[in-house]
Amino acid sequence: MSQAKPLQSRGAFASLRYRKHRDRIVEAVLLSAALVAVFTTVAIVFILFYESSTFFDHVTIREFLTGTVWTPLFSDAEYGILPLVAGTMTTTGVALLVAIPVGTVIAIYLSEFAPHRLRETVKPILELLGAVPTVVYGYFALLMVTPLLQKIYPDLPGFNMLGAGLVIGLMIVPYVASVSEDAMRSVPRYMREGSYAMGATKLQTALRVVVPGAFSGLAAAYILGISRAVGETMVVAIAAGMQPRFTFNPTEPAATITAYIVQVSLGDLPHDSVGYQSIFAAGLVLMLITLVFNVIGFFLTRKFREAY
Amino acid sequence: MAATAHMTLEEIRKGLTWRKQLDKVFVLIGLSLLAICLGILAILFLDLVRDGASRFGWDFIASFPSRRAENAGILSAAVGTSLIMLVTAIVALPLGVAAAIYLEEYAPKNWFTGIIEINVTNLAGVPSIVYGLLALGLFVYIFGFGQSVLTAGLTLALLILPIVVVATRESLRAVPKAIREAAYGLGATRWEVTKDHVLPYSTGGILTGLILGLSRAIGETAPIITIGALSFIAFLPPSPVTGEFPFLNFEWLWSSFTAMPIQMFNWVSRPDQAFQANAAAAGAILLGMTLLMNGVAIYIRYRFRKKINW
Repeated sequence: MSQAKPLQSRGAFASLRYRKHRDRIVEAVLLSAALVAVFTTVAIVFILFYESSTFFDHVTIREFLTGTVWTPLFSDAEYGILPLVAGTMTTTGVALLVAIPVGTVIAIYLSEFAPHRLRETVKPILELLGAVPTVVYGYFALLMVTPLLQKIYPDLPGFNMLGAGLVIGLMIVPYVASVSEDAMRSVPRYMREGSYAMGATKLQTALRVVVPGAFSGLAAAYILGISRAVGETMVVAIAAGMQPRFTFNPTEPAATITAYIVQVSLGDLPHDSVGYQSIFAAGLVLMLITLVFNVIGFFLTRKFREAY
Repeated sequence: MAATAHMTLEEIRKGLTWRKQLDKVFVLIGLSLLAICLGILAILFLDLVRDGASRFGWDFIASFPSRRAENAGILSAAVGTSLIMLVTAIVALPLGVAAAIYLEEYAPKNWFTGIIEINVTNLAGVPSIVYGLLALGLFVYIFGFGQSVLTAGLTLALLILPIVVVATRESLRAVPKAIREAAYGLGATRWEVTKDHVLPYSTGGILTGLILGLSRAIGETAPIITIGALSFIAFLPPSPVTGEFPFLNFEWLWSSFTAMPIQMFNWVSRPDQAFQANAAAAGAILLGMTLLMNGVAIYIRYRFRKKINW
């Protein structure tokens, strides 16, 4: 062992001093590794503000936030972020309409009704599904789900927000279900038993005792789902089309904030052009939206946390 | 339900039967939703494999991308992905483990530690494309690393850092206090306790976290597109191993690259049907790799859990 050497050469006290000294150096190294997390956050905020500052030299914040036309790649460019925000909200909305009810019901079923073996089999599968690359889900949305939807609505264009949103919803069901199930399982057993003792059935207990008791966890699961849907990139870039349009109609093609960033990255705009800088402004908006949801989630969990 | 004293026994029984039937209805709904969701996903995956089946084969793996779908392959993408994963693992493992050891074993409970913890939690929720923008601004333009394998590896390392940190912290926390106290009792310093006693017990958890992180990184498309991956690369980066002294070559770090998910995205966005079979085949391989990595991670976790008896 490495500490044997100083022990022989310098005696026990020197060794202890050496070892304590080494400990302090190690601690500093470990701390600097932990600080990488702080550094990353600071760097994200700095880069987004710094790079979009040149963009905001050309475009006023008012024009950016209230304009309804987004055509930075045209010669008569207009920079209104609202079409991209509308696209993001629409795909997210469709996704949540699927993911929240389905995820919650599956979670209630798994936590309160399912036999032990079924739950132990399904949980790892749900977690495994979270690892599937999103570009694969994009393939599903464009080449499988949309053709299927076109059989029901023949007028549906090949690129549309409906197919993309549905696939994103299917994609985040496992997340929502898994996190909600964890939350409901952590509701103490005696609360259920108290409810049963009053003559409530399993469903009544689940809906009136367990779900309210796990509210903070459920809120966290939904927020996680929303964050994922808002930040989801590949599914919308592949299946929703990349034309920014100010519409909330899911059967139309449109671009989201994320899809726009991909579109510009794929092109060959020079780095110092306003069009290129616009992706940092779009990224800033994306991060602020996610931040708002995280803050809402934080306060929800605080306000409704039940003290057991 | 208003269960008042006026109810007769009969009415109460009726209500009870009704409520119990609701229970059964809910079980039916829950079970069928679960089956539908897993069923749809299973069908989609099977369809993907079926669509790509015609393209599987050695030629597909050993060919460069091509303008003609039937000649195109994933060679440069597979090599690019492997090299990126190498950089990601080499950066994320020490950084993540060190950060986790600090937070779990060293950090005092104060506002400063709180800030670090909030940052780790927050970073896990940042959309991956934002990491791409960070890398574009920081690694590509400020540090001047260019649109290289190194940039991509570093980006994905930052992306999976929270996963590695959280997994490592969990496995450190699982080591009983008694082990630490016994070592402290014999005069070991904190680092000696950590290095010689705590870390060996948590190797399984750390490995699991790293592999889960890498399986996330391997499929990440958006951040790599943002930093400027090319989709048509008909050459391989310089080999990392050479015949002459010192046998290692780091030029590949600066090479431009493509990666598996990028290649699939490129094929999927072409209107030509023939390329969509390529996309399906690439997707099936990508999916297979992700599932394999997850399987390995689960197996490692299981093995290490079984081996340790506290």
